[in-house]
Amino acid sequence: MSVDTKIAFDQDYVRSFSEKRQEPQWLTQLRLMALEKSADLPMPKPDKTKIDKFNFTSFKHDVPTEGISSLDELPEDIKELVAKDQQSGNLLVHRNSTPVFKQLSDELKNKGVIFTDILTAVQNHSELVEKYFMKDVMKVDEHRLTALHTALLNGGTFLYVPRNVEVDVPVQALYWQEDPEAGLFNHVIIVAEDNSSVTYVENYLSYSHDVESVANIIAEVHVGQNARVTFGSVDNFAKGVTTYVNRRANVGRDGKIDWALAQMNDGNTISTNSTNLVGDGSYGDSKTVTIGRGDQKQNFTNEMFHHGKNSEGVLLVHGVQKESASAIFNGVTKIEHGATKSNGDQTQRVLMMNSKARGDANPILLIDEDDVMAGHAASVGKVDPLQLFYLQSRGINRKEAERLIIHGFLAPVINELPIEGVKNRAIEVTERKVN
Amino acid sequence: MAASTLKIENLHVSIEGKEIIKGLDLEINGGEIHAVMGPNGTGKSTLASAIMGHPKYEITQGKVFLDDEDVLEMEVDERAKAGLFLAMQYPSEVSGVTNADFLRTSINARREEGDEISLMKFIKKLDSKMAELDMGEEFAQRYLNEGFSGGEKKRNEILQLMMLEPKIAVLDEIDSGLDIDALKVVSKGVNAMRNEEFGCLIITHYQRLLNYITPDKVHVMMQGRIVKSGGAELAQRLEAEGYDWIKEELGIKDETVGQEA
Repeated sequence: MSVDTKIAFDQDYVRSFSEKRQEPQWLTQLRLMALEKSADLPMPKPDKTKIDKFNFTSFKHDVPTEGISSLDELPEDIKELVAKDQQSGNLLVHRNSTPVFKQLSDELKNKGVIFTDILTAVQNHSELVEKYFMKDVMKVDEHRLTALHTALLNGGTFLYVPRNVEVDVPVQALYWQEDPEAGLFNHVIIVAEDNSSVTYVENYLSYSHDVESVANIIAEVHVGQNARVTFGSVDNFAKGVTTYVNRRANVGRDGKIDWALAQMNDGNTISTNSTNLVGDGSYGDSKTVTIGRGDQKQNFTNEMFHHGKNSEGVLLVHGVQKESASAIFNGVTKIEHGATKSNGDQTQRVLMMNSKARGDANPILLIDEDDVMAGHAASVGKVDPLQLFYLQSRGINRKEAERLIIHGFLAPVINELPIEGVKNRAIEVTERKVN
Repeated sequence: MAASTLKIENLHVSIEGKEIIKGLDLEINGGEIHAVMGPNGTGKSTLASAIMGHPKYEITQGKVFLDDEDVLEMEVDERAKAGLFLAMQYPSEVSGVTNADFLRTSINARREEGDEISLMKFIKKLDSKMAELDMGEEFAQRYLNEGFSGGEKKRNEILQLMMLEPKIAVLDEIDSGLDIDALKVVSKGVNAMRNEEFGCLIITHYQRLLNYITPDKVHVMMQGRIVKSGGAELAQRLEAEGYDWIKEELGIKDETVGQEA
């Protein structure tokens, strides 16, 4: 497969792609370096999931896309994703990885907030992007997919919130993969400087039911001292898309991040969500829900790394597996030496709707410090036939009974999703995946 | 709605290959309240679960009809829609699903699409039935049976009975674990259902409940069969004298299933 990659995208292609976009020299060089490294780097090795049959090579990289002049031109299903309070607010729409709509309120602009697509960001704020792009949070050479991500970067968002600025309306990014073959190499950078706060919401949507494509997504979040970031996502890639997604944050002293991830892809997915609790008193909360269906294979790794003293990390994952879907859930809480008085807690629950569905939860606690608290709970089980009997005995048919049980199972996480729009969207997608 | 009849003929039920019910006949007409009594391990609860279609119980022989409909041919939800109801001894807990949502879904399941019960009407009915059962308002929004005490679960079963208004209800040990006040409340609920059309089969091993709900007929189960039937006075005699006189009369040494007369 590496051979395919090399043939399709060589140094000349990457250089001309970068030049066409009038990117600064540092990015062109970084892309070329990453491409070169990608050939030798190994693929990631998600625990207990074989990915050698996953498609990482069949996709279109550069899809010509027309812009839109107003939101009214968006198809209904995309328009519905735009939260009510975004219609005059802070919104970025990508179509086949090309930014086609951008809006940021004057109020936020005047406060120095930057919310724009990554291409514009590297042109207008080159040094700022360079400072954060694949540096402290992620590395180019973690494995082949991070390198390919860097080399083939074709979309993304840059969100910068200066010191002491509190953004009280969520900002939203919509990634609309209209062309079913369009590959997405999407990079999100969120920088919340000290004492700032922001809520970012992203939605991914594609239609590749019959053809194959790839999404390779990295989100890097920098949470400054005493800053607060809420990161919400509803991923909804169609069956044909293989997704690699890595969302990672570094959290400074007394900083706080809340992740709320509804991972509702229909295709094979490798997902990592990591929080580095770097500063003393930093806090991380990660909530994930997913429904697997059809024959999709998924691997979810949710991690909290405690470095700072008094850091607190909470992981909560609820997954439903239907039909012959399979998924591995790895929960990692690592408390480093010196991170005294830290508190790590994780819960993973997996519900299987029939005997062909597979689910596995692996809670992993790695503790190198004595004076800490850590707890975990994991359960994997089949849907309870007595629950079904009980619901059916009241006249509810089996399908509806299963629907109720799935919604009920996911509710403790979905109800906690901090943004109303993400919550509603998650409920809608759940509904679609259940029926 | 005319009164219905639940007719059980020569019913045999097994669990994991072991026969529990061994040829049972029973007919319950709308307007009648029947009590099935008997010591532990005689097959009473198996009868209740088998009528409703519990997945663990296998019906190896016999027939169950609700009017002219073959109950044993129906899925569990179809049995409910045809008018059967089972108040369970151990109701399941369903996390994340509120009592109110569950009840509304259940009511709408038996109505045509487009003819769903209005939210106002539903809330009004729910409020009044919960008041009758001394249930606090918070029960509507609590998750179905989750964290309910034994007594709360029983009340919740009766609430469902009152909301769904079945033709024939089977109440499986609805009195077990209840203190006297709760027993009165539950009985009040069942008595409120009583009319010329509603048929009810009460399964219990305590005569106590029958002080509050007077049955029209009382049946005694032993060894997976009904061995004696009578009126309300039979229950009183059982309370006073126990089951030994029946065993003696019928020459039964051990009344539990698996022992032969």
